[in-house]
Amino acid sequence: MKQYLLAVHMVEGEPVPSEEEMQRSYQAVDSFNRELMASGEWVFAGGLLPPDTATVVRSQGGKVVTTDGPFAESKEQIGGFWVINAADLDAALDIAARGSEACGRPVEVRPFQPVPDAG
Amino acid sequence: MPAPEQAAGGAEPGVLARVFRESSGRAVATLARVFGDLDLAEDAVQEAFAVAIERWPADGLPPNPGGWIVTTARRKALDRLRRESTRPGREAQAVAFIGEPEPEPEAGSVADDQLRLLFTCCHPALAPEARIALTLRLIAGLQTPEIARAFLVPEPTVAQRLVRAKRKIRDAGIPYRLPRDHELPRRLPDVLAVVYLVFNEGYTASAGDSLTRQDLSAEAVRLARLLHTLMPDEPEASGLLALLLLTESRRAARTTPAGDLVPLAEQDRTRWDRELIAGGQRIVRDCLRRNQPGPYQIQAAIAAVHSDAPEAEQTDWRQILALYDQLHGLSPTPVVALNRAIALAEVAGPAAALQAVDNLPLDGYHLFHATRADLLRRLNREPEARAAYDKTIALTENAAERAFLATRRATLA
Repeated sequence: MKQYLLAVHMVEGEPVPSEEEMQRSYQAVDSFNRELMASGEWVFAGGLLPPDTATVVRSQGGKVVTTDGPFAESKEQIGGFWVINAADLDAALDIAARGSEACGRPVEVRPFQPVPDAG
Repeated sequence: MPAPEQAAGGAEPGVLARVFRESSGRAVATLARVFGDLDLAEDAVQEAFAVAIERWPADGLPPNPGGWIVTTARRKALDRLRRESTRPGREAQAVAFIGEPEPEPEAGSVADDQLRLLFTCCHPALAPEARIALTLRLIAGLQTPEIARAFLVPEPTVAQRLVRAKRKIRDAGIPYRLPRDHELPRRLPDVLAVVYLVFNEGYTASAGDSLTRQDLSAEAVRLARLLHTLMPDEPEASGLLALLLLTESRRAARTTPAGDLVPLAEQDRTRWDRELIAGGQRIVRDCLRRNQPGPYQIQAAIAAVHSDAPEAEQTDWRQILALYDQLHGLSPTPVVALNRAIALAEVAGPAAALQAVDNLPLDGYHLFHATRADLLRRLNREPEARAAYDKTIALTENAAERAFLATRRATLA
Protein backbone atom coordinates (compact mmCIF):
# COMPACT_ATOMS: atom_id res chain seq x y z
CA MET A 1 0.00 0.00 0.00
CA LYS A 2 1.35 3.42 -0.93
CA GLN A 3 0.35 6.89 0.18
CA TYR A 4 -0.42 9.69 -2.23
CA LEU A 5 -1.04 13.40 -1.87
CA LEU A 6 -3.96 14.65 -3.94
CA ALA A 7 -3.47 18.41 -4.20
CA VAL A 8 -6.34 20.57 -5.43
CA HIS A 9 -5.19 23.22 -7.89
CA MET A 10 -6.56 26.73 -7.66
CA VAL A 11 -5.76 29.49 -10.12
CA GLU A 12 -5.66 33.00 -8.71
CA GLY A 13 -8.12 35.38 -10.33
CA GLU A 14 -10.43 32.63 -11.55
CA PRO A 15 -14.09 33.63 -11.47
CA VAL A 16 -15.55 32.84 -8.05
CA PRO A 17 -18.23 30.15 -8.26
CA SER A 18 -21.74 31.10 -7.27
CA GLU A 19 -23.01 30.41 -3.75
CA GLU A 20 -25.16 27.61 -5.13
CA GLU A 21 -22.22 25.98 -6.92
CA MET A 22 -20.12 26.27 -3.76
CA GLN A 23 -22.79 24.51 -1.73
CA ARG A 24 -23.08 21.73 -4.27
CA SER A 25 -19.31 21.28 -4.30
CA TYR A 26 -19.10 21.24 -0.46
CA GLN A 27 -21.71 18.52 -0.35
CA ALA A 28 -20.03 16.49 -3.08
CA VAL A 29 -16.65 16.73 -1.32
CA ASP A 30 -18.26 15.83 1.97
CA SER A 31 -19.81 12.65 0.64
CA PHE A 32 -16.57 11.79 -1.23
CA ASN A 33 -14.71 12.15 2.09
CA ARG A 34 -17.15 9.80 3.78
CA GLU A 35 -16.62 7.24 1.01
CA LEU A 36 -12.85 7.44 1.52
CA MET A 37 -13.25 6.93 5.27
CA ALA A 38 -15.56 3.96 4.76
CA SER A 39 -13.17 2.26 2.32
CA GLY A 40 -10.09 2.82 4.50
CA GLU A 41 -8.40 4.94 1.82
CA TRP A 42 -8.66 8.11 3.90
CA VAL A 43 -5.59 9.31 5.78
CA PHE A 44 -6.13 13.05 6.11
CA ALA A 45 -7.61 15.94 4.18
CA GLY A 46 -8.31 19.63 4.44
CA GLY A 47 -9.20 22.77 2.54
CA LEU A 48 -6.88 25.79 2.74
CA LEU A 49 -7.58 29.50 3.04
CA PRO A 50 -6.32 31.66 0.14
CA PRO A 51 -2.55 32.05 -0.49
CA ASP A 52 -2.60 35.68 0.76
CA THR A 53 -3.01 34.27 4.27
CA ALA A 54 0.32 32.38 3.92
CA THR A 55 3.62 33.21 5.64
CA VAL A 56 7.01 31.75 4.76
CA VAL A 57 9.50 31.00 7.53
CA ARG A 58 13.12 30.27 6.72
CA SER A 59 15.46 29.29 9.53
CA GLN A 60 19.15 28.71 9.04
CA GLY A 61 21.69 28.49 11.84
CA GLY A 62 19.23 29.98 14.27
CA LYS A 63 18.54 32.98 12.07
CA VAL A 64 14.82 33.15 11.32
CA VAL A 65 13.48 35.15 8.39
CA THR A 66 9.74 35.55 8.09
CA THR A 67 8.10 36.82 4.90
CA ASP A 68 4.52 37.55 3.96
CA GLY A 69 2.82 35.58 1.22
CA PRO A 70 3.17 32.13 -0.35
CA PHE A 71 6.56 30.61 -1.19
CA ALA A 72 6.14 30.65 -4.94
CA GLU A 73 4.99 33.79 -6.75
CA SER A 74 2.65 31.74 -8.89
CA LYS A 75 -0.93 32.15 -10.01
CA GLU A 76 -1.46 28.47 -9.30
CA GLN A 77 -1.67 27.48 -5.68
CA ILE A 78 -2.83 24.52 -3.63
CA GLY A 79 -6.39 25.06 -2.47
CA GLY A 80 -6.71 21.90 -0.42
CA PHE A 81 -5.55 18.31 -0.33
CA TRP A 82 -6.22 14.70 0.51
CA VAL A 83 -3.72 12.16 1.74
CA ILE A 84 -4.87 8.70 0.72
CA ASN A 85 -3.85 5.04 0.81
CA ALA A 86 -3.92 3.30 -2.55
CA ALA A 87 -2.57 0.03 -3.95
CA ASP A 88 -0.91 1.69 -6.94
CA LEU A 89 -1.04 4.77 -9.16
CA ASP A 90 -4.05 3.50 -11.10
CA ALA A 91 -6.07 3.22 -7.90
CA ALA A 92 -4.85 6.68 -6.80
CA LEU A 93 -5.79 8.17 -10.20
CA ASP A 94 -9.29 6.71 -9.93
CA ILE A 95 -9.72 8.30 -6.49
CA ALA A 96 -8.30 11.59 -7.78
CA ALA A 97 -10.80 11.59 -10.64
CA ARG A 98 -13.65 11.27 -8.13
CA GLY A 99 -12.10 14.03 -5.99
CA SER A 100 -11.72 16.32 -8.98
CA GLU A 101 -15.33 15.70 -9.96
CA ALA A 102 -16.47 16.53 -6.42
CA CYS A 103 -14.47 19.75 -5.95
CA GLY A 104 -14.68 20.84 -9.59
CA ARG A 105 -10.93 21.47 -9.92
CA PRO A 106 -7.88 19.68 -11.24
CA VAL A 107 -6.12 17.43 -8.75
CA GLU A 108 -2.37 16.70 -8.76
CA VAL A 109 -1.43 13.19 -7.63
CA ARG A 110 1.96 12.81 -5.98
CA PRO A 111 3.41 9.76 -4.24
CA PHE A 112 4.86 10.05 -0.77
CA GLN A 113 8.41 8.85 -0.16
CA PRO A 114 8.27 5.29 1.08
CA VAL A 115 8.56 4.98 4.85
CA PRO A 116 11.82 3.09 5.62
CA ASP A 117 11.19 -0.38 7.05
CA ALA A 118 11.33 -0.33 10.82
CA GLY A 119 12.70 -3.88 11.09
CA MET B 1 15.98 -19.23 -39.15
CA PRO B 2 19.64 -20.21 -39.45
CA ALA B 3 20.46 -23.56 -40.99
CA PRO B 4 21.21 -26.20 -38.33
CA GLU B 5 24.81 -26.62 -39.56
CA GLN B 6 25.38 -22.94 -39.09
CA ALA B 7 23.93 -22.98 -35.58
CA ALA B 8 26.05 -25.97 -34.64
CA GLY B 9 29.17 -24.35 -36.02
CA GLY B 10 28.69 -21.20 -33.94
CA ALA B 11 26.31 -18.26 -34.03
CA GLU B 12 27.05 -15.39 -36.40
CA PRO B 13 26.87 -11.81 -35.05
CA GLY B 14 23.84 -11.20 -37.30
CA VAL B 15 22.05 -14.13 -35.69
CA LEU B 16 22.80 -12.69 -32.25
CA ALA B 17 21.32 -9.35 -33.25
CA ARG B 18 18.20 -11.09 -34.51
CA VAL B 19 17.83 -13.19 -31.35
CA PHE B 20 18.33 -10.03 -29.33
CA ARG B 21 15.61 -8.18 -31.20
CA GLU B 22 13.19 -11.08 -31.00
CA SER B 23 13.68 -12.13 -27.43
CA SER B 24 14.77 -9.04 -25.53
CA GLY B 25 11.29 -7.56 -25.26
CA ARG B 26 9.78 -10.87 -24.20
CA ALA B 27 12.52 -11.54 -21.64
CA VAL B 28 12.26 -8.05 -20.09
CA ALA B 29 8.47 -8.39 -19.89
CA THR B 30 8.67 -11.77 -18.15
CA LEU B 31 11.31 -10.65 -15.67
CA ALA B 32 9.47 -7.41 -14.95
CA ARG B 33 6.45 -9.49 -13.96
CA VAL B 34 8.48 -11.93 -11.85
CA PHE B 35 10.54 -9.30 -10.02
CA GLY B 36 8.31 -6.24 -10.25
CA ASP B 37 11.37 -4.11 -11.00
CA LEU B 38 12.03 -2.75 -14.49
CA ASP B 39 15.67 -1.77 -13.98
CA LEU B 40 16.50 -5.13 -12.49
CA ALA B 41 14.73 -6.89 -15.37
CA GLU B 42 16.48 -4.84 -18.02
CA ASP B 43 19.95 -5.11 -16.48
CA ALA B 44 19.58 -8.87 -16.02
CA VAL B 45 18.52 -9.34 -19.66
CA GLN B 46 21.51 -7.23 -20.79
CA GLU B 47 23.82 -9.39 -18.67
CA ALA B 48 22.31 -12.57 -20.12
CA PHE B 49 22.99 -11.27 -23.63
CA ALA B 50 26.56 -10.42 -22.61
CA VAL B 51 27.01 -14.09 -21.62
CA ALA B 52 25.41 -15.16 -24.92
CA ILE B 53 27.79 -12.98 -26.94
CA GLU B 54 30.69 -14.70 -25.19
CA ARG B 55 29.44 -18.26 -25.47
CA TRP B 56 27.25 -18.67 -28.52
CA PRO B 57 29.86 -17.93 -31.20
CA ALA B 58 31.90 -20.86 -29.85
CA ASP B 59 29.18 -23.20 -28.51
CA GLY B 60 26.47 -22.53 -31.07
CA LEU B 61 22.90 -21.45 -30.40
CA PRO B 62 21.05 -23.27 -27.61
CA PRO B 63 17.94 -25.14 -28.80
CA ASN B 64 15.63 -22.40 -27.45
CA PRO B 65 17.61 -19.14 -27.46
CA GLY B 66 14.74 -17.04 -26.08
CA GLY B 67 14.15 -19.46 -23.22
CA TRP B 68 17.88 -19.60 -22.50
CA ILE B 69 17.97 -15.80 -22.23
CA VAL B 70 15.03 -15.74 -19.77
CA THR B 71 16.53 -18.50 -17.59
CA THR B 72 19.98 -16.92 -17.57
CA ALA B 73 18.57 -13.43 -16.92
CA ARG B 74 16.47 -14.76 -14.05
CA ARG B 75 19.60 -16.29 -12.49
CA LYS B 76 21.47 -12.99 -12.95
CA ALA B 77 18.64 -11.08 -11.28
CA LEU B 78 18.60 -13.48 -8.33
CA ASP B 79 22.41 -13.13 -8.00
CA ARG B 80 22.00 -9.38 -7.92
CA LEU B 81 19.28 -9.55 -5.26
CA ARG B 82 21.44 -11.89 -3.14
CA ARG B 83 24.44 -9.58 -3.44
CA GLU B 84 22.31 -6.60 -2.46
CA SER B 85 20.35 -8.43 0.22
CA THR B 86 22.42 -6.70 2.89
CA ARG B 87 20.89 -3.43 1.75
CA PRO B 88 17.69 -2.50 3.50
CA GLY B 89 14.58 -3.29 1.48
CA ARG B 90 16.39 -5.70 -0.85
CA GLU B 91 16.50 -8.48 1.72
CA ALA B 92 12.81 -9.22 1.68
CA GLN B 93 12.78 -9.01 -2.11
CA ALA B 94 15.61 -11.55 -2.37
CA VAL B 95 14.12 -13.93 0.20
CA ALA B 96 10.82 -13.86 -1.64
CA PHE B 97 12.38 -15.16 -4.87
CA ILE B 98 15.22 -17.42 -3.73
CA GLY B 99 14.15 -21.02 -3.60
CA GLU B 100 11.02 -20.29 -5.61
CA PRO B 101 10.56 -22.83 -8.40
CA GLU B 102 11.41 -21.60 -11.88
CA PRO B 103 8.25 -20.22 -13.53
CA GLU B 104 6.97 -22.38 -16.38
CA PRO B 105 7.46 -20.52 -19.64
CA GLU B 106 4.07 -20.84 -21.33
CA ALA B 107 3.49 -19.27 -24.70
CA GLY B 108 0.29 -17.56 -23.55
CA SER B 109 1.77 -16.07 -20.43
CA VAL B 110 4.78 -14.65 -22.32
CA ALA B 111 2.41 -12.77 -24.61
CA ASP B 112 0.43 -11.55 -21.59
CA ASP B 113 3.64 -10.32 -19.99
CA GLN B 114 4.42 -8.28 -23.08
CA LEU B 115 0.95 -6.83 -23.25
CA ARG B 116 1.06 -5.93 -19.56
CA LEU B 117 4.40 -4.18 -20.01
CA LEU B 118 3.12 -2.39 -23.12
CA PHE B 119 0.25 -0.92 -21.10
CA THR B 120 2.74 0.14 -18.42
CA CYS B 121 5.01 1.79 -21.01
CA CYS B 122 2.05 3.65 -22.54
CA HIS B 123 0.53 4.72 -19.22
CA PRO B 124 -1.23 8.10 -19.43
CA ALA B 125 0.75 9.28 -16.38
CA LEU B 126 3.91 9.27 -18.54
CA ALA B 127 4.77 12.03 -21.02
CA PRO B 128 3.92 11.01 -24.60
CA GLU B 129 7.56 11.14 -25.77
CA ALA B 130 8.56 8.99 -22.80
CA ARG B 131 5.89 6.42 -23.72
CA ILE B 132 7.35 6.09 -27.21
CA ALA B 133 10.94 5.82 -25.95
CA LEU B 134 10.00 3.25 -23.30
CA THR B 135 7.99 1.15 -25.74
CA LEU B 136 10.82 1.08 -28.26
CA ARG B 137 13.36 0.30 -25.56
CA LEU B 138 11.51 -2.26 -23.45
CA ILE B 139 9.08 -3.89 -25.87
CA ALA B 140 10.90 -3.56 -29.18
CA GLY B 141 14.40 -4.02 -27.75
CA LEU B 142 15.88 -0.95 -29.48
CA GLN B 143 19.03 0.50 -27.95
CA THR B 144 19.08 4.09 -26.70
CA PRO B 145 21.26 5.34 -29.63
CA GLU B 146 18.87 3.72 -32.12
CA ILE B 147 15.88 5.50 -30.56
CA ALA B 148 17.81 8.78 -30.56
CA ARG B 149 18.66 8.36 -34.25
CA ALA B 150 15.11 7.42 -35.15
CA PHE B 151 13.64 10.57 -33.60
CA LEU B 152 16.62 12.84 -34.26
CA VAL B 153 17.01 13.74 -30.62
CA PRO B 154 20.33 13.78 -28.81
CA GLU B 155 21.19 10.48 -27.11
CA PRO B 156 21.42 12.01 -23.62
CA THR B 157 17.88 13.35 -24.07
CA VAL B 158 16.53 9.85 -24.78
CA ALA B 159 18.59 8.36 -21.94
CA GLN B 160 17.22 11.02 -19.60
CA ARG B 161 13.63 10.39 -20.72
CA LEU B 162 14.04 6.66 -20.12
CA VAL B 163 15.59 7.13 -16.68
CA ARG B 164 12.88 9.57 -15.61
CA ALA B 165 10.06 7.40 -16.93
CA LYS B 166 11.38 4.26 -15.25
CA ARG B 167 11.82 6.17 -12.02
CA LYS B 168 8.27 7.43 -12.21
CA ILE B 169 6.93 3.94 -12.89
CA ARG B 170 8.71 2.72 -9.75
CA ASP B 171 8.18 5.71 -7.44
CA ALA B 172 4.67 6.70 -8.39
CA GLY B 173 3.57 3.07 -8.39
CA ILE B 174 2.46 2.61 -12.00
CA PRO B 175 1.32 -1.03 -11.90
CA TYR B 176 2.28 -3.90 -14.19
CA ARG B 177 -1.12 -5.19 -15.00
CA LEU B 178 -3.62 -5.21 -17.76
CA PRO B 179 -6.27 -2.56 -17.38
CA ARG B 180 -9.54 -3.93 -16.07
CA ASP B 181 -12.33 -4.27 -18.60
CA HIS B 182 -13.96 -0.99 -17.59
CA GLU B 183 -10.61 0.84 -17.94
CA LEU B 184 -9.72 -0.65 -21.30
CA PRO B 185 -11.72 1.77 -23.49
CA ARG B 186 -9.85 4.64 -21.84
CA ARG B 187 -6.41 3.02 -21.90
CA LEU B 188 -6.26 1.21 -25.25
CA PRO B 189 -6.25 4.42 -27.35
CA ASP B 190 -3.01 5.54 -25.65
CA VAL B 191 -1.31 2.27 -26.59
CA LEU B 192 -2.62 2.40 -30.15
CA ALA B 193 -1.51 6.04 -30.44
CA VAL B 194 2.06 5.14 -29.50
CA VAL B 195 2.18 2.37 -32.11
CA TYR B 196 0.66 4.70 -34.70
CA LEU B 197 3.18 7.46 -33.92
CA VAL B 198 6.10 5.05 -34.19
CA PHE B 199 4.78 3.92 -37.57
CA ASN B 200 4.27 7.44 -38.84
CA GLU B 201 7.71 8.54 -37.79
CA GLY B 202 9.03 5.62 -39.83
CA TYR B 203 6.74 6.36 -42.78
CA THR B 204 7.39 10.07 -43.11
CA ALA B 205 10.22 11.07 -40.87
CA SER B 206 9.30 14.43 -39.33
CA ALA B 207 12.74 15.79 -40.18
CA GLY B 208 15.92 14.79 -41.92
CA ASP B 209 17.04 13.99 -45.44
CA SER B 210 15.43 10.64 -46.05
CA LEU B 211 11.66 10.36 -46.37
CA THR B 212 11.23 7.16 -44.38
CA ARG B 213 12.81 5.06 -41.68
CA GLN B 214 11.74 1.56 -42.53
CA ASP B 215 12.95 -0.11 -39.31
CA LEU B 216 10.66 2.01 -37.21
CA SER B 217 7.61 1.19 -39.33
CA ALA B 218 8.47 -2.51 -39.30
CA GLU B 219 8.62 -2.38 -35.51
CA ALA B 220 5.26 -0.61 -35.34
CA VAL B 221 3.70 -3.25 -37.60
CA ARG B 222 5.09 -5.95 -35.31
CA LEU B 223 3.57 -4.23 -32.26
CA ALA B 224 0.24 -3.79 -34.03
CA ARG B 225 0.24 -7.49 -34.92
CA LEU B 226 0.95 -8.33 -31.31
CA LEU B 227 -2.00 -6.20 -30.15
CA HIS B 228 -4.27 -7.65 -32.82
CA THR B 229 -3.31 -11.19 -31.77
CA LEU B 230 -3.52 -10.58 -28.04
CA MET B 231 -6.71 -8.53 -28.08
CA PRO B 232 -8.77 -10.11 -30.85
CA ASP B 233 -11.96 -8.64 -29.39
CA GLU B 234 -10.78 -5.03 -29.73
CA PRO B 235 -11.86 -3.84 -33.19
CA GLU B 236 -9.68 -0.71 -33.00
CA ALA B 237 -6.56 -2.83 -32.43
CA SER B 238 -7.48 -4.71 -35.61
CA GLY B 239 -8.24 -1.44 -37.37
CA LEU B 240 -4.81 -0.07 -36.51
CA LEU B 241 -3.06 -3.17 -37.89
CA ALA B 242 -5.09 -2.98 -41.11
CA LEU B 243 -4.30 0.72 -41.47
CA LEU B 244 -0.57 0.10 -41.01
CA LEU B 245 -0.49 -2.83 -43.45
CA LEU B 246 -2.37 -0.90 -46.13
CA THR B 247 -0.20 2.19 -45.69
CA GLU B 248 2.99 0.13 -45.61
CA SER B 249 1.95 -1.60 -48.85
CA ARG B 250 2.62 1.65 -50.76
CA ARG B 251 6.12 2.18 -49.41
CA ALA B 252 8.06 1.07 -52.50
CA ALA B 253 5.96 3.32 -54.75
CA ARG B 254 6.20 6.40 -52.55
CA THR B 255 9.70 7.41 -53.56
CA THR B 256 11.71 7.49 -56.76
CA PRO B 257 15.05 5.67 -56.77
CA ALA B 258 16.59 9.09 -56.07
CA GLY B 259 14.50 9.38 -52.92
CA ASP B 260 11.99 11.94 -54.23
CA LEU B 261 8.41 11.78 -53.01
CA VAL B 262 5.71 10.47 -55.36
CA PRO B 263 2.15 11.54 -54.42
CA LEU B 264 -0.58 8.91 -54.19
CA ALA B 265 -2.19 9.91 -57.50
CA GLU B 266 1.08 9.47 -59.40
CA GLN B 267 2.32 6.25 -57.82
CA ASP B 268 3.03 3.18 -59.93
CA ARG B 269 0.41 0.95 -58.37
CA THR B 270 1.97 -2.22 -59.72
CA ARG B 271 4.68 -1.62 -57.11
CA TRP B 272 2.22 -1.77 -54.23
CA ASP B 273 2.71 -4.84 -52.06
CA ARG B 274 -0.25 -7.12 -52.91
CA GLU B 275 0.33 -9.37 -49.92
CA LEU B 276 0.14 -6.52 -47.41
CA ILE B 277 -2.95 -5.17 -49.20
CA ALA B 278 -4.67 -8.56 -49.05
CA GLY B 279 -3.87 -8.85 -45.33
CA GLY B 280 -5.14 -5.34 -44.61
CA GLN B 281 -8.30 -5.72 -46.69
CA ARG B 282 -9.13 -9.00 -44.97
CA ILE B 283 -9.02 -7.28 -41.57
CA VAL B 284 -11.08 -4.33 -42.87
CA ARG B 285 -13.77 -6.79 -44.03
CA ASP B 286 -13.78 -8.45 -40.59
CA CYS B 287 -14.16 -5.01 -39.00
CA LEU B 288 -17.08 -4.14 -41.27
CA ARG B 289 -18.81 -7.37 -40.32
CA ARG B 290 -18.31 -6.58 -36.64
CA ASN B 291 -19.81 -3.12 -37.17
CA GLN B 292 -18.24 -1.36 -34.17
CA PRO B 293 -16.55 1.42 -36.14
CA GLY B 294 -13.75 3.52 -34.68
CA PRO B 295 -11.23 6.03 -36.06
CA TYR B 296 -8.51 3.49 -36.96
CA GLN B 297 -10.98 1.14 -38.63
CA ILE B 298 -12.42 3.97 -40.73
CA GLN B 299 -8.95 5.18 -41.74
CA ALA B 300 -8.12 1.59 -42.68
CA ALA B 301 -11.31 1.42 -44.75
CA ILE B 302 -10.26 4.62 -46.56
CA ALA B 303 -6.85 3.09 -47.28
CA ALA B 304 -8.61 -0.08 -48.47
CA VAL B 305 -10.70 1.91 -50.97
CA HIS B 306 -7.51 3.47 -52.37
CA SER B 307 -5.90 0.04 -52.62
CA ASP B 308 -8.92 -1.22 -54.60
CA ALA B 309 -8.28 1.19 -57.48
CA PRO B 310 -5.84 -0.19 -60.08
CA GLU B 311 -5.44 3.39 -61.43
CA ALA B 312 -5.75 6.66 -59.50
CA GLU B 313 -8.57 7.73 -61.86
CA GLN B 314 -10.65 4.73 -60.79
CA THR B 315 -10.63 5.73 -57.11
CA ASP B 316 -14.09 5.68 -55.55
CA TRP B 317 -13.91 9.19 -54.08
CA ARG B 318 -17.57 9.22 -53.11
CA GLN B 319 -17.04 6.26 -50.84
CA ILE B 320 -13.90 7.87 -49.42
CA LEU B 321 -15.79 11.11 -48.76
CA ALA B 322 -18.57 9.15 -47.01
CA LEU B 323 -15.95 7.44 -44.83
CA TYR B 324 -14.38 10.83 -43.98
CA ASP B 325 -17.82 12.12 -43.02
CA GLN B 326 -18.16 9.15 -40.67
CA LEU B 327 -14.64 9.72 -39.30
CA HIS B 328 -15.36 13.41 -38.78
CA GLY B 329 -18.49 12.44 -36.86
CA LEU B 330 -16.41 10.29 -34.51
CA SER B 331 -13.38 12.57 -34.19
CA PRO B 332 -14.25 16.08 -35.34
CA THR B 333 -10.69 17.41 -35.46
CA PRO B 334 -9.36 20.04 -37.89
CA VAL B 335 -6.89 17.50 -39.32
CA VAL B 336 -9.73 15.10 -40.19
CA ALA B 337 -11.63 18.02 -41.74
CA LEU B 338 -8.54 18.83 -43.82
CA ASN B 339 -8.26 15.27 -45.12
CA ARG B 340 -11.98 15.19 -45.81
CA ALA B 341 -11.56 18.30 -47.93
CA ILE B 342 -9.03 16.49 -50.12
CA ALA B 343 -11.71 13.90 -50.91
CA LEU B 344 -14.29 16.66 -51.32
CA ALA B 345 -12.10 18.27 -53.99
CA GLU B 346 -12.34 15.07 -56.05
CA VAL B 347 -16.12 14.80 -55.64
CA ALA B 348 -17.25 18.45 -55.71
CA GLY B 349 -14.22 20.28 -57.14
CA PRO B 350 -11.38 22.34 -55.68
CA ALA B 351 -13.51 25.45 -55.01
CA ALA B 352 -15.81 23.60 -52.60
CA ALA B 353 -12.79 22.01 -50.94
CA LEU B 354 -11.01 25.34 -50.54
CA GLN B 355 -14.08 26.75 -48.84
CA ALA B 356 -14.11 23.82 -46.41
CA VAL B 357 -10.41 24.26 -45.66
CA ASP B 358 -10.01 28.01 -45.39
CA ASN B 359 -11.20 28.54 -41.84
CA LEU B 360 -9.49 25.53 -40.24
CA PRO B 361 -7.29 26.54 -37.29
CA LEU B 362 -4.20 24.80 -38.69
CA ASP B 363 -1.91 27.72 -39.53
CA GLY B 364 1.15 25.98 -38.02
CA TYR B 365 0.58 22.65 -39.82
CA HIS B 366 2.58 22.19 -43.02
CA LEU B 367 0.01 19.92 -44.66
CA PHE B 368 -2.69 22.59 -44.23
CA HIS B 369 -0.71 24.98 -46.41
CA ALA B 370 0.27 22.15 -48.79
CA THR B 371 -3.42 21.31 -49.28
CA ARG B 372 -4.37 24.94 -49.79
CA ALA B 373 -1.49 25.41 -52.23
CA ASP B 374 -2.63 22.43 -54.28
CA LEU B 375 -6.28 23.58 -54.34
CA LEU B 376 -5.31 27.16 -55.28
CA ARG B 377 -3.03 25.81 -58.02
CA ARG B 378 -5.92 23.78 -59.44
CA LEU B 379 -8.11 26.92 -59.33
CA ASN B 380 -5.41 28.81 -61.29
CA ARG B 381 -5.02 31.30 -58.45
CA GLU B 382 -1.24 31.41 -58.93
CA PRO B 383 -0.12 34.23 -56.62
CA GLU B 384 -2.08 32.78 -53.68
CA ALA B 385 -0.87 29.27 -54.52
CA ARG B 386 2.71 30.52 -54.55
CA ALA B 387 2.27 32.14 -51.12
CA ALA B 388 0.78 28.92 -49.73
CA TYR B 389 3.69 26.87 -51.15
CA ASP B 390 6.11 29.27 -49.49
CA LYS B 391 4.38 28.74 -46.17
CA THR B 392 4.30 24.97 -46.38
CA ILE B 393 7.94 24.77 -47.54
CA ALA B 394 8.99 26.92 -44.58
CA LEU B 395 7.12 24.62 -42.18
CA THR B 396 8.26 21.26 -43.64
CA GLU B 397 11.33 19.76 -42.02
CA ASN B 398 11.60 16.61 -44.10
CA ALA B 399 13.96 17.26 -47.04
CA ALA B 400 12.19 14.89 -49.49
CA GLU B 401 8.80 16.46 -48.79
CA ARG B 402 10.29 19.95 -49.11
CA ALA B 403 11.89 19.12 -52.46
CA PHE B 404 8.55 17.78 -53.73
CA LEU B 405 6.74 20.96 -52.70
CA ALA B 406 9.41 23.12 -54.34
CA THR B 407 8.93 21.19 -57.60
CA ARG B 408 5.19 21.77 -57.42
CA ARG B 409 5.71 25.46 -56.77
CA ALA B 410 7.98 25.68 -59.81
CA THR B 411 5.18 24.37 -62.09
CA LEU B 412 3.14 27.51 -61.38
CA ALA B 413 3.01 29.93 -64.28
